[in-house]
Amino acid sequence: MSRLITKPNVDDADSIYERLVELHRDKSAEESLVIQSRLIMLLINHVGDRDAVLEAIALAGRPNAAQ
Amino acid sequence: MSRNRNIPVWREIGQSPAGKDGEHVPLLVVGGGPVGLTLALDLGQRGHRVVLLNKLDFIPGGSKAICFSKRTLDIWDRLGVGERMVAKGVVWNVGKVFCGAGDEPIYQFDMLPVKHQKNPGFINLQQYYAEEYLFEAVARLPNVELRRGHQLVGLDARADGVSVQVDADGETYTITADWLVACDGCRSSARDMLGLDFEGRVFEENFLIADIRVEEQRPAERWFWFDPPFNPGKSALLHKQPDNVWRLDFQLGWDIDREACERPEAVAPLVEGMLGPGAKWEKEWFSVYTFQCRRMERFVHGRVLFAGDSAHLVSPFGARGCNNGIADADNLAWKLDLVIRGAARGALLESYNHEAVVTADENILNSSRSTDFMTPKSPGAEALRTATLELAQHHAFARPFVNSGRLATAVSYPDSPLNTPDRDAWDRGVPPGSPALDAPVADGYLLQRLGGRFVLLADGVEARVAGVEVAEIDELGDPEGLVRARFDLRPGSACLVRPDQYVAARWRSPTAADIKAALERARGAQ
Repeated sequence: MSRLITKPNVDDADSIYERLVELHRDKSAEESLVIQSRLIMLLINHVGDRDAVLEAIALAGRPNAAQ
Repeated sequence: MSRNRNIPVWREIGQSPAGKDGEHVPLLVVGGGPVGLTLALDLGQRGHRVVLLNKLDFIPGGSKAICFSKRTLDIWDRLGVGERMVAKGVVWNVGKVFCGAGDEPIYQFDMLPVKHQKNPGFINLQQYYAEEYLFEAVARLPNVELRRGHQLVGLDARADGVSVQVDADGETYTITADWLVACDGCRSSARDMLGLDFEGRVFEENFLIADIRVEEQRPAERWFWFDPPFNPGKSALLHKQPDNVWRLDFQLGWDIDREACERPEAVAPLVEGMLGPGAKWEKEWFSVYTFQCRRMERFVHGRVLFAGDSAHLVSPFGARGCNNGIADADNLAWKLDLVIRGAARGALLESYNHEAVVTADENILNSSRSTDFMTPKSPGAEALRTATLELAQHHAFARPFVNSGRLATAVSYPDSPLNTPDRDAWDRGVPPGSPALDAPVADGYLLQRLGGRFVLLADGVEARVAGVEVAEIDELGDPEGLVRARFDLRPGSACLVRPDQYVAARWRSPTAADIKAALERARGAQ
């Protein structure tokens, strides 16, 4: 059974997205890739659920992130 | 003779004669767009003598603002012009967002999630109709004088009033006023003459509005595309207006020849790409635009007050420009009424500054976020956008992040100095500083019974206070039980509703002293 939550699970999506855009402002593609990777590592540790993380990794790697 | 002959004309009104030199009026409104007209209508209906100066002697053509929100319709309803707007307008509530060549929306929203209200979430109506209906309502008021073809050419602001020079088709005259409200648009002459700030952000992106006439059988919904085949890598918008006019909007990019993009041979492939090659259409109005998000630091400058685009500017995605201006007029009118009549101190107008700045900031915030989603400006933001749109096609969690414009709804002022903070426990309902919700009553809708004056919406309350009209729910009728439910009212409870239909205070069991204190506070006593 899937452990990865793919239903909406956070409030105020717009404010989070705004901070993400701000995070990448004036950064090159290479810089953004590193920043994004740091963010992923932080979130993986926070999630703490190995199975859910592996599911997310698998899903992110599929073309168009299809199910 | 009309000035600005490069502006298309919807309806000729004609030049008004010059005013009497040296005349004094209590209130001068500068600007005869929807905001100035709404303000003049409100204060005119309250019996004030108002002179409105408009540099144009005609109603300009071009659809311009087309989306009027429920809140704007509630305001216009209070002023007696809302039903005409809704009857002519195209009613819509649903917006859909498409991505790529897909026929199924990846995201959709409903602008009227709370049902059983008089007005819809939105209507679409060409701005010239809105101006024409407002103009005709104002023209029926003998105490409001609309001076067309009169341009502000000089402004001397003093502590106790203003002295203004006006050019009326080459003839100059002076008029003095106790108060001046500048509703003269984003290039406000009044703002320039006072040397006031207008700070903000310029967005480096061009968009094309192509308003066209065409017979189309599509539903009256807001359709938005990211990366459609007919405008690859960019966005597009389709919206229905009355008279078979459709608003098509295309993102163009930054480094473009703006004049070339407005030419019919440049517009045609985009239109036909969206509607299909067989569509028979004709041009109504084309315009390439860029946009900015700006506002003045303050909207109140002594005896000069700013409302609408003169005070704040947003991008058009979200219908937050004109609707914000109408909200300003609504917020300001009852306060100016009390101040001019001597029933409230000038300090009440400081609450206009607070509440209108809160409103403008919410609109600027939402507009900026939408624009940042639609036009990513860094490789990281671009990748985030691509990932979000792809995920949204398959996964519900990503859909709330998709931002094609968050459409205007009424703004709350939780920290307004006019609010009386809750003393009692409330689970839900309408807190102080929020607009009253509508609901059915016996012979119509609740909002028709609120507004224009202070009203105590009460569920069996004995207390009475001079200056507050009581609307007992049992007398109004509550056929669906929605008045009590939406305001969380039980026997003995009451809400004090301001003239602009915002809740100022609420109690489980108010005394006359409670109501009187809240009334005084809402009239700017503290």
